[in-house]
Amino acid sequence: MALRTPIKIARGLGSAKDGVHHWWIQRVTAVALIPLTIWFAFSLATYAGADYATVRAWIGSPLPAVLLILLIAMTFHHAQLGLQVVIEDYVTAKGVQLAALILVKFLAALLALVGIFAVLRIAFGG
Amino acid sequence: MQTQNRPLSPHLQVYKFPLTAITSIMHRISGVALSVGTLLLIYWLTAAAAGPEQYERAQGVLGSFLGQLVLFAFTYALFYHLCNGIRHLFWDAGKGFEIETSEKTGYAAIGIAAALTVLVWIIAYAAGGA
Ligand code: HEM
Repeated sequence: MALRTPIKIARGLGSAKDGVHHWWIQRVTAVALIPLTIWFAFSLATYAGADYATVRAWIGSPLPAVLLILLIAMTFHHAQLGLQVVIEDYVTAKGVQLAALILVKFLAALLALVGIFAVLRIAFGG
Repeated sequence: MQTQNRPLSPHLQVYKFPLTAITSIMHRISGVALSVGTLLLIYWLTAAAAGPEQYERAQGVLGSFLGQLVLFAFTYALFYHLCNGIRHLFWDAGKGFEIETSEKTGYAAIGIAAALTVLVWIIAYAAGGA
């Protein structure tokens, strides 16, 4: 028989926030970024001397385009989760912290969409 | 009670940061630097999408001496964060916490990141770029 009251059990479950989910997604995006960033860095290096048309042809071809979009999505999701932790650690004034978090999250979403849109525009010849 | 002459612990002027402390703060610094650096990626992509003149201009900015310097630092930050990130992922799995192991993997992260950075830039220059 459990001698603990229901509230005691609920309290024992820990924080009702979303720490574990945050932690987990940060790891999932990190794992995805390992192959993506290696691919990206070495691809860019081989295209370092290429002219405009060649670079566009590369960005716009199906596999690179899809991988670039994935890279952008994973990067900004991961970065935004990471910056959240940094802000929560160093910015202690509640109002400023909230403002900084919202700013970072909006900027990350905006930049990600602008980047993805640029890739799609190149891919579909806009 | 006399408290004046007690030693500080750790003594701030002679304290040598352990490697593991340095690699830890470097992970955070590289993560924030990479986040700021994503602006360059988006700038480059939007320039490529906008047209040949915009792309030429972006290539000029990124290809300038300062641009190259920033990109080189960005490459190292990326590879360092990647290698040290793998170290973090092993820790998350509960592996590699022994002091000796974590020192070794710390040196490995710094060294492998440097090697990858140099390799990428050799390829870039060999490809006729930069
Ligand atoms: C390339 C593959 C990558 C891997 C394997 C990786 C791995 C990780 C891991 C495991 C953490 C959590 C560290 C901790 O427990 O404190 C982390 C944090 C972070 N990452 Fe990454 N990351 C990668 C790429 C990136 C990129 C491209 C960015 C930015 C655009 C980035 C930005 C950050 C930030 C801001 C943090 C938070 C730092 C902190 O809390 O101290 N990461 N990364």
